[in-house]
Amino acid sequence: MGIELRGVTRQVGGETHIYETDLSLEEGGFNVLLGTTLSGKTTLLRLMAGLEPPSSGEIWFGGVNVTGVPVQKRSVSMVYQQFINYPNFSVFDNIASPLRVAGLSRDTIRAQVEKFAGMMKLDGYLNRYPAELSGGQQQRVAIARALAKDSKLVLLDEPLANLDYKLREELRDELPRLFADSGATVVYSTTEPLEALMLGGHTATLYEGRVCQYGLTAACYRAPDNLVSAKVFSDPPINVTEVQKRDGRFHLDERVSWPVPDSLASLDDAPYTMGIRPHHLTLRAMDDSAVAVDGRVKIAELSGSESVIHLDVGGNDWVSESHGIHPFDSGDTATLYLHPGKVLYFDRDQRRIAH
Amino acid sequence: MMRGQTHRALVTTLYIVFLMLPIYWLVSMSFKTTNEILGAFSLWPQDFTLENYRKIFTDPTWYTGYLNSISYVAMNTVISVAVALPAAYAFSRYRFLGDKHLFFWLLTNRMAPPAVFALPFYQLYSAIELFDTHIGVALAHCLFNIPLAVWILEGFMSGVPKELDETAYLDGYSFWRFFIRIFIPTIAAGIGVAMFFCFMYSWVELLLAKTLTAVDAKPIAATMTRTASTSGYELGLLAAAGTLTIVPGAFVIYFVRNYIARGFALGRV
Repeated sequence: MGIELRGVTRQVGGETHIYETDLSLEEGGFNVLLGTTLSGKTTLLRLMAGLEPPSSGEIWFGGVNVTGVPVQKRSVSMVYQQFINYPNFSVFDNIASPLRVAGLSRDTIRAQVEKFAGMMKLDGYLNRYPAELSGGQQQRVAIARALAKDSKLVLLDEPLANLDYKLREELRDELPRLFADSGATVVYSTTEPLEALMLGGHTATLYEGRVCQYGLTAACYRAPDNLVSAKVFSDPPINVTEVQKRDGRFHLDERVSWPVPDSLASLDDAPYTMGIRPHHLTLRAMDDSAVAVDGRVKIAELSGSESVIHLDVGGNDWVSESHGIHPFDSGDTATLYLHPGKVLYFDRDQRRIAH
Repeated sequence: MMRGQTHRALVTTLYIVFLMLPIYWLVSMSFKTTNEILGAFSLWPQDFTLENYRKIFTDPTWYTGYLNSISYVAMNTVISVAVALPAAYAFSRYRFLGDKHLFFWLLTNRMAPPAVFALPFYQLYSAIELFDTHIGVALAHCLFNIPLAVWILEGFMSGVPKELDETAYLDGYSFWRFFIRIFIPTIAAGIGVAMFFCFMYSWVELLLAKTLTAVDAKPIAATMTRTASTSGYELGLLAAAGTLTIVPGAFVIYFVRNYIARGFALGRV
């Protein structure tokens, strides 16, 4: 049994931070909380840790109701976005701190600290103070302390957000492996869909204090339950617009349409909401099924190998992402290729229609 | 370029000269005899003497004044900071009903003139036998020093992220263990600044200290303001006593000089 939220809500001063949430994370798994700022990721983590009490509902951990249990008595460790270390302790004492409180022997503490400092590449820095380290090293100390505590639940609140990209990539590769070995249930919060995909495991998408979907990360991405989840799990944002089903075709407007796939043939003729991810809306057709759509370019952002083009397509703001450098001036007309096989369809309640 | 620098140097020099002039005059007087002070105008001691200092360090009516002042100031500093630490922690970490009003009200205590409190304190202290005791003066000075210390410490504490507290709790620390082992060392600079200001305000406060004492706890400032004695005006002696009252302040400020700037930066001093 991992951690389980049962009907948990959290209100602060009349403001609802978390709406009624049921979420069960399996033991020893790697879980990602994905959502924008203020979506409730941090509150959810703090509720799991016991740093904040739920306004209603219960929190169960390992088959035990831990709702009222003080944090000191729980087996939880947490790494924050800001680099939090004890400024008056050396790196050694920082990592040793939870072990000292637990009352381990000096030799055990020394061995443990050296082991985790080695894992986090802090060998040469044990006598330094946090203020004398770089940001990346400070965060490594915080992670080493969380590892040393050897708790059953590890909460990582955007731990890599304040690091430069090189360090972030390095640590992102290491983190799941480090904690997987310890057998702990890990919950990792992030604002970046790409990061969630790279971390793998399970993902819960969050939006405005609600969990939209929870499942295997890849499945959440490929088959979002609902429109909100699809929006949260897409960067650049997913393109959303209304299509009309009529005569066995989906009509985007008068000129652009494509055949309804067999699996959706039984749907009523009605308006539906469609979503298409920017990288399925490209400047070159990827296969024969592609449908051409014309749009007026607003901004073209060219990165090293990708072109992200913001366009106006029949009154909708759309984003297209293509490989290669494709310069456009604003006001130019661009022809995009929409790949019907990749389109996600949502019903009136914004639930995805499976096909 | 050169002109600008010369101007700047001139302004700075003039400023320092004007600032230091009264202090120089005091120190210079303390090495003169009373006759010389009352006699001709002289820029520096013509007849250099250490007699004034010798008298202060050997005559109990003088040096006990210093001892009295130092003991109630030390008591006050310790009490003020010890009481202010938990109060400032509460203000910095918890939201409770009326917290902001209460915090502002604390500050207004500093605005009340001590004279207002002289009479009630005198009455009260006479009744409960705190009159003419060191602890009595120390407690009276808490009236304005505790709010000040809370105000300063709250600024420093709010500069420490509350995640530090939480990390400690997650590591298994109890509140008090965390507070003493981790939190207090973390805000040591703030405690230094708060102690300095408590020391300074208590050291220079004259009205309450004078009103609430007679003999046993009489502060040096009270001894000093006794200008005439049986041997007439002893101006040299008074100047020496004045010089000696500056010394502890200068000494303390030397230790906290690096942190004071931070206190000012927080807008709390």
